[in-house]
Amino acid sequence: MKRALRGTVLPILLLAAWESASHAHLVDPRILPPLELVAHTAVYQVTDEGLLRNLAASLLRDMAGFTLGTLAGIAIGTILGLSRIADRLFMPSFNGLRQIAILAWVPLISIWFGVGEAAKIVFIMAAALIPVVLNTYEGMRGASTQLVEVARTLTFTRWQLVTRLYLPSALPSIATGVHLALIYAWVANVGSEYFMTIGPGIGGLIIAGRERFQMDLVMLGILILGLVGFLINRGASAIEARLLRWRPV
Amino acid sequence: MRAAAIPAPAWPAMPPGVIAVLFPLGLLALWSVSARFGWFPPQILPSPTEVGTALLDLARNGDLARNSGISLLRVVEGFTAGSFLGLLLGIAMGLSPKTEDYVKPLFTAFAQVPTLGWIPFLMLLVGIGEPLKILVIAKAAFVPVTLNTLAGIRAVPSIYVEVGALFRFSRWQLLRKVVLPAAIPPIFTGLRYGLTHAWNALVAVELLASAEGLGYLLVWGRQMFWLDTMMGAMVIIGIVGFTFDRIMAVIESRLQRWRLA
Repeated sequence: MKRALRGTVLPILLLAAWESASHAHLVDPRILPPLELVAHTAVYQVTDEGLLRNLAASLLRDMAGFTLGTLAGIAIGTILGLSRIADRLFMPSFNGLRQIAILAWVPLISIWFGVGEAAKIVFIMAAALIPVVLNTYEGMRGASTQLVEVARTLTFTRWQLVTRLYLPSALPSIATGVHLALIYAWVANVGSEYFMTIGPGIGGLIIAGRERFQMDLVMLGILILGLVGFLINRGASAIEARLLRWRPV
Repeated sequence: MRAAAIPAPAWPAMPPGVIAVLFPLGLLALWSVSARFGWFPPQILPSPTEVGTALLDLARNGDLARNSGISLLRVVEGFTAGSFLGLLLGIAMGLSPKTEDYVKPLFTAFAQVPTLGWIPFLMLLVGIGEPLKILVIAKAAFVPVTLNTLAGIRAVPSIYVEVGALFRFSRWQLLRKVVLPAAIPPIFTGLRYGLTHAWNALVAVELLASAEGLGYLLVWGRQMFWLDTMMGAMVIIGIVGFTFDRIMAVIESRLQRWRLA
């Protein structure tokens, strides 16, 4: 309890300093809007400007890109992890391509796929794909040799070998990749809203706030961004822990 | 080493390096053929030669060196500032659980918002000049360095500290001679992540607000519909990122060597 209290000291001091600086006009209120203005903007955004619709648009797009990227990532990672030929042929190229900072793809994607929703989803998908491929690949390669020998003795077919042995034993590693993909996809979603057409979404809200010099709007956007990221992360951890309960530690 | 694999048909005896380039070479060939027959207009997919020429032009007229230099300088400045602060905060929190109690929640909230989210905020705060770039890059490096420094110090085995106490080391000696050396490998891992994050942040901030640098080359190529310039800039961004990571990885593995198994 004492520890939790300590943790609130700095944030309260910060907020108090902010509030008083704003009211005493020590700082331009356009730069540092008082807290009640941010709260007011939040209410106004929800009631009159469709903040929830923006949030839903962001989340929906995020989920679409994340799902596509994860599925593709598991498929690619499985193939690369299990086939020596595919590994030798494609893995070096994949490792080369992923050196390019993900945001550097935005201009190219926007030329190839336009600047609409499709391009945004392609970009989010690419961001989600990379960690899933890498972790699936690692997981497949980490399967126990002894188990594979047992499966051989039991004359598993190739399909059985993949579905009954490799996939289950790679599951913890895949889960790590999917968890990372959730985080990356959310960041990529914001990036896609910044750089492609400003449509509905939280990133669009922040950019609009910046263009109109409305710090309260920017702050509100940042708050939502952090909160959603936090909830996604928490949710993923909980699901991961539950799904992997069976694993002997 | 491959621990377990589905038996694959025997691959002809070719060194892995040769096999690795087969796919890019095939892709390059397909790309050349497509450019040759005009399957895609050059505004969508310029030929490999055009990309090469664009890169050579950029190199020859000095644009490449100038813009890379600017980007590198920004990363070095931002990374140095961010990782220095991260080391300080990480060490402070690592040594004193009390400090951690006070600072960690605020730090976590700050770290929770992705760097990309802070950029518009900082733009309103400090404008779009050089300080913006340094701040954004510093933030990107600061978070992983702090977290890894904290974790690294906490992971120092207590027997080391006990031995130090046996020698009647002062607090300062304990820190200098025992805790910090033992924590260096994980701290360095944090620095490595920090540099990667810093490089990504540089690309982000240069795409959003810059009139020079590698990220700006991308924006510029995008506006002019010069895909060859854009692709050239992407290649350079990839190579620089890769080189940074390799250098850090080599130092990291050196530092790991002396560790007890």
